[in-house]
Amino acid sequence: MAEWIARQLPALVVLVPFTAAPLAYLLGTGFGRQIALISALLSQPLAILLAVTVVREGELRYEVGGWGGPLGIDLVVDGFTAVMVLVTTVVGLFVTVYALGYFGNRERYRFFWPLWLFLWGSLHALFLSGDIFNLYVCLELVSMSAVALVGLTLRREALVAAMRYMLAAILGSLFYLLGVALIYGAFGSVDMQTLREVVRSDTTGQAALALMTVGLVLKTALFPLHFWLPPAHSNAPSPVSAVLSALVVKGSFYILVRLWVDVAEPMAFPGVSTVLGVLGSTAIIWGSIQAFRQQRLKMLVAYSTVAQIGYLFLLFPLVTGGGQAAADAWMGGIFHAVSHALAKSAMFLAAGTVLARFGHDRIDGLGGLSRRAPVTAMAFGLAGVTMMGLPPSGGFVAKWQMIRASIESGEWWWAAVVVTGGLLAAAYVFRVVGPFFGREVDDLDDADLNAGPSPWTMESAALVLAIGALVLGIVGQPLLDLIMVSAPALVAGVTP
Amino acid sequence: MTWETTALVIAVTAPFVTAVLIFALGERRDAARSGVNLAGAALTVAAVVTAAGAAVAGAPDAYPTAGIALLDIGFGLRADLLGVLFAVIAGVLWLITTVYAIGYMSRASDRARFFGFFSVCVGSAIGIALSANLLTFFIFYETLTLATYPLVVHSGTPAALKGGRTYLTYALPAGGALAVGVVWLNLLTGPVEFAAGGSLDPALATTHPGSLVAIFALLMLGLGVKAALFPLHGWLPAAMVAPAPVSALLHAVAVVKAGVFGIARVVLEVYGPLGPELGVTQALAVVAGFTIIFGSVRALAQDDFKKRLAFSTVAQLSYITLGVALASPIAVAGGIAHLAHHAAMKITMFFTAGAVAEEVKAYRVSEFDGLGRRMPLTMAAFSLAAIGIVGVPPVAGFTSKWLLGIGSIDAGSGWVIAVLGISSVLNAAYFFPIIHRAWFRTPKPEWAHGPAAGRPEGDMRMIVPLVITAAIGLAMGVFAGMDLSPASWAQTIAGWEFPW
Repeated sequence: MAEWIARQLPALVVLVPFTAAPLAYLLGTGFGRQIALISALLSQPLAILLAVTVVREGELRYEVGGWGGPLGIDLVVDGFTAVMVLVTTVVGLFVTVYALGYFGNRERYRFFWPLWLFLWGSLHALFLSGDIFNLYVCLELVSMSAVALVGLTLRREALVAAMRYMLAAILGSLFYLLGVALIYGAFGSVDMQTLREVVRSDTTGQAALALMTVGLVLKTALFPLHFWLPPAHSNAPSPVSAVLSALVVKGSFYILVRLWVDVAEPMAFPGVSTVLGVLGSTAIIWGSIQAFRQQRLKMLVAYSTVAQIGYLFLLFPLVTGGGQAAADAWMGGIFHAVSHALAKSAMFLAAGTVLARFGHDRIDGLGGLSRRAPVTAMAFGLAGVTMMGLPPSGGFVAKWQMIRASIESGEWWWAAVVVTGGLLAAAYVFRVVGPFFGREVDDLDDADLNAGPSPWTMESAALVLAIGALVLGIVGQPLLDLIMVSAPALVAGVTP
Repeated sequence: MTWETTALVIAVTAPFVTAVLIFALGERRDAARSGVNLAGAALTVAAVVTAAGAAVAGAPDAYPTAGIALLDIGFGLRADLLGVLFAVIAGVLWLITTVYAIGYMSRASDRARFFGFFSVCVGSAIGIALSANLLTFFIFYETLTLATYPLVVHSGTPAALKGGRTYLTYALPAGGALAVGVVWLNLLTGPVEFAAGGSLDPALATTHPGSLVAIFALLMLGLGVKAALFPLHGWLPAAMVAPAPVSALLHAVAVVKAGVFGIARVVLEVYGPLGPELGVTQALAVVAGFTIIFGSVRALAQDDFKKRLAFSTVAQLSYITLGVALASPIAVAGGIAHLAHHAAMKITMFFTAGAVAEEVKAYRVSEFDGLGRRMPLTMAAFSLAAIGIVGVPPVAGFTSKWLLGIGSIDAGSGWVIAVLGISSVLNAAYFFPIIHRAWFRTPKPEWAHGPAAGRPEGDMRMIVPLVITAAIGLAMGVFAGMDLSPASWAQTIAGWEFPW
């Protein structure tokens, strides 16, 4: 039995949320909540087992229905996949717990549960996909459920933001699909394992890659294509904001990394990776400055996402050279995705608690929050440590590796960007956190409709995620090891 | 895990666990919080002392160690002689300060937050003391940076928030410089463990002199802010808006000495002989010498009592840096001994500042006329500590200055004698007027007959700790020749640091 489950793990992590989603829809709000929680709890051991199995046995392959490539659908799990599934599962659990308190039993939000479970399953399917067409399908599933979730409240601003988000998402997907079609036409396969062997740096190959890159960059909201992100992420209901910033943007980033570092590595040309790195650096600086200038907490957190996405893109120039620098950049980039997922979801959940309880999220009106809502203030502050990249947080380990990689590769300017970005993050984090310790302002009266303290589940879900991000910098070594399991040839040259 | 290793781990983790419990107990349960806090501090002291015993027995190659894998270096703890000296200071003074703070904060708000972050700071300081390598050191160092912030801004006034911003403006960029320096050094040499006599390969001085000098500069930028080296000292006087226990334990002991302690680790146990060879320690000594004079001169001009103490701290910290930077075992012993001596004396002075402010609402030196009548024990303790810092025997400060002076001749840096001389005169010039005012000026009428009949001169939870720390400062000087006094301990350490 145990043996059988172990072999079915890749399918199970996808199946559990995908089964729960229609059930939650059919059974309505009351049961939907319970089904979501059961699915979330059930996913934990599965994701952990998956990671453990990958560490023990290396890359896993699972042929859906026993067909196998090139005809059937293959699920492939390496260290990168397992890490992404694990972080999605952990963040997912706490977002679910938070949402139980946030949405309560209100009938008008009944679609949250099936949509969220569907999004969750799609993310897992995306991370596990072994071919670039399936990646497209999953990307679309992720985008569509995410767009629906943004518009969930049916408020005007939310609908406008959702519409803008949808247009960006569809455009991005189209670009990506065009690239997939070109690749299939030129090389006769969409399976990534096959493509790795046959892909060539000819005009078609380059054009395909260029199209896919533009589409994915748009979906990941890399500067200057980030315009859709702040309104969508800040106007969504807070549990949705958390999922979007923490996980959804990492879906398209995941594909981008797969394409460039794993599949098309033979045709990689340094120019593109430098461009991605420069855009990432600009995103860090620009996003942080914009974050600092915001008047509303959720907007600040959303712009912080724009900035933090920038760090992910430093991975590309730093892996290009191969060797130890590439391995360090690989670990740093992915570890950053993980710690940012934990910390950013914590931040959005904390901001959501503030918004739900006090009826506003004006930054000027949050003075004295550490007295009125100590747990939430603490969660936001601790998550801020990861944004700044200070120890002992996971963000620190990520930045440590990035600084290492840039000194190793002799391109010290990336290190300068990383350090500057950390200081700018400190500026916007402390702009919010500083007044928490200040005198109380009148704006912190409980809003009429939500009188009384927030459900403890909401406050503690944010705190647990923030603490998770915080201690990742000390206990994160197993995760770093996992990231390196069956890593792409370019970065697997040396392991520390 | 052996008994000593367990003690080492407990010494570092106990304050953090205490902090978590304090946060969990919340604002209302004062008695439980105080109980947990005192128990945690007592446990920490017991663990630190046990680890110190093991370090003394095991020196120099059988120190207790513990750690887990992290990056290529590891998250490692080690109880060595230098580390346990700082850890014992921080632990013991934490226990005393806790009693003081319970008294001082009894009417303040947000006590759970205060005591919680206070414990985090102490845990970080002890972690800094017991770190086995630069990565671990850096992790605790930055944790300390962040955990201090809520304490600086504790009162929540605009002035406090401004002081907090100033603090961060210095501390965070310093952290960035330190991070780059540590990563770079690790890349150049492989994982950097602390080792008596220096851990760098001497060959590097010829192969990579430029990089080593640049890394040293980055590290000193990072550490110099907490060590209040000129011109990185500006945050310290601004941070005096913090409540008195914070100024006493953190801004006279834990935080600032984390900086000088880090400098000692880098100079003695990373660079070792490469420091003088590259000329970087000589430069450091000059900066420290200048800071001594500069801090003392600035202290002269301060009427605000805590600010005067703060500038005095700026100067006194550089005694330690100077001692460490002079390549002589005797000077190093003087510097390290001063780490302990200054801790006991300066914490007494800040305790005094808090007790006086709470009891008679006097904040300025010019308001101290006749204060000795009103608060005799307090001002006696203060006077003893002040005399010690000036360097009058037999109080502890004399011992460290004596060692520093001899050491500077030993190191061939005679100019240090002049710095020490001028500084002592200046110390006297800014402390003796306070003593004179307190004891020899005519008191305000209501102070003339001492404390009200049958009442103590203040909250005994504050008076007793400051008397104890003053006594410790005196004892460190009187018994300087005994085996486990800081002075002899420092000489033993200095002996190990100079195999070259």
